[in-house]
Amino acid sequence: MSRVPLPYNQKVLELFRNPKNLGRMEDATVSAVAGNPMCGDMITFYLKIDDEEVIRKASFESYGCAANIATSSILTEMIKNKTLKQAWNVSWKKIVEEIGGLPSIKFHCGILAVGALRRAIRKYYEEKGYTPKWLPKELTFEEKQALEEEELAERLAKRMDGQQ
Amino acid sequence: MIENVEELIKAHEKLEREVYLDIENSSPVPEEVVEAMLPYFTTRGYGNPALTHKPGWEAYEAIMKAAQKIAKYAGAKTPEEIAFTPGETEANNLALIGAALASKAKRKKIVVSEIEPVTILHVAKMLEEKFGCKTVKIPVDAEGFINLENLEEAVDKETLIVSIAAVNPEIGTIQPIKEAAEIVKTRNPNTVFHTDFSDAYGKMKLDFSKTDIDLATISSYKILGPRGVGALYVKQGTKIEKIIEGQIATQKFWPGIENTPLIVGFAKASELTFTDLDKNIGHMRRLRDKLMNGLLSRVSDTLLNGPSGDKRAPDNVNISFLRCEGEALTIELSLKGVYVSSGSACTRRLLQPSHVLTAIGRRFEAAHGSILMKVTRLHTEEDIAYVLKVFPEAVQRIRKIVGSTVVS
Ligand code: FES
Repeated sequence: MSRVPLPYNQKVLELFRNPKNLGRMEDATVSAVAGNPMCGDMITFYLKIDDEEVIRKASFESYGCAANIATSSILTEMIKNKTLKQAWNVSWKKIVEEIGGLPSIKFHCGILAVGALRRAIRKYYEEKGYTPKWLPKELTFEEKQALEEEELAERLAKRMDGQQ
Repeated sequence: MIENVEELIKAHEKLEREVYLDIENSSPVPEEVVEAMLPYFTTRGYGNPALTHKPGWEAYEAIMKAAQKIAKYAGAKTPEEIAFTPGETEANNLALIGAALASKAKRKKIVVSEIEPVTILHVAKMLEEKFGCKTVKIPVDAEGFINLENLEEAVDKETLIVSIAAVNPEIGTIQPIKEAAEIVKTRNPNTVFHTDFSDAYGKMKLDFSKTDIDLATISSYKILGPRGVGALYVKQGTKIEKIIEGQIATQKFWPGIENTPLIVGFAKASELTFTDLDKNIGHMRRLRDKLMNGLLSRVSDTLLNGPSGDKRAPDNVNISFLRCEGEALTIELSLKGVYVSSGSACTRRLLQPSHVLTAIGRRFEAAHGSILMKVTRLHTEEDIAYVLKVFPEAVQRIRKIVGSTVVS
């Protein structure tokens, strides 16, 4: 089995051991599940949004590695009390910076966190039935990296077949 | 990143117990073995075994005695049939590439199974690209067994070499290796039969000289010897060539100065394993079943990967914990002093799940939460009891993070 050394830093380890804002949110305004075509991981993002379009609470669940757990956790902190527009603009690079760096092979774990959040925000506006001007019409790179469940299953099945 | 590693190690302070089960990837070396090696670093046999002085002759003597011992345990006819290499990877390379060089690339077909170790598959791929060889991969069933009829069909007059591991290192499947070698030789006596015997050496009884096996890779660290040394059994008359160039050494297939202390350590570890082999195997099997059955009964939603009972290597445990990501689980267990590895895509450079688990038909999710463990003759009942105590909590913690994200 070939492996990469993964010298996670203290912050990643701490958030892995004691993740903040972990778990399903029963009174969420919106939630989105997103999967990672790179490694098959999935995360769920839950947002509680008030009438001013400010995120009051955010939480997550992750079927992923320590880096994914840590980046998702820190993102839920970073977007708290932020408007949806501000939250949309948090980049995965900013998260990696905030967490004190990640091994490069783990960047996609942070990209997935951003993708899932953006999917949730887009879904919120879809449900509301309107699109604010700042919301890009086309899916952004991060959203494209965060697949819906069926799409993920399909891609994984293909990759597994290709492997043989 | 060095500071990070220091912190990671510090996070492990005050552990109640440490149990190392990642024998697949490296192993500790017992005191006894180190003691046997030490004089060859400092006071004896530090010379070049090919040269004419006392420290050289001492080295030569030590290497010959080591070869004699290993030849005896492996059932080789003569010590000359044991070719020391710097490890299993090198021995596997020597087997396949060495056979290709010796055949002058006249025969071009390589036959392997889908679940061969990564080294074998990579070397086969290289031979395809550089020598125009063609690899045929025979499938395995849900427990990892090859089908001898498929093997028979795959071998023809074009077949250069067949390589099938006697025991699969990931899922412990014990292949009918003797029969496989016979079938291959009956089909084509010129075909070279190689087996990666790394996970079988010291885990079962087999005399190479009583089989049709031509080449067999054996490993030192997998029997608690030092890393950096291994051997290829080369049956007399087998056509292979050396694959690297350099100063001719006592080892005709591996130029360069022999690493006498490591070879001595390898022989010592072999001696400790093979003296009382039955007892050692019995001990491992008992602990294996305790660990395996203990985990399967204490944790819900699990799958055993590979066969059980006598068809499985006595040391191997491989279980998939569904709704649980493997890399996260290895870290959680490490923080509790239990060291294991996972076949999850997240732990791999190419972010691909284990090819072995895929080949036995496991779905992505099963590979994602798979954990590989191996017990040794030195593990104790207390070690296993400790693992069984902390493991369920660890799975539970990771599953809590997964929450409702996946439903199985
Ligand atoms: S989520 Fe799979 S590698 Fe991080």
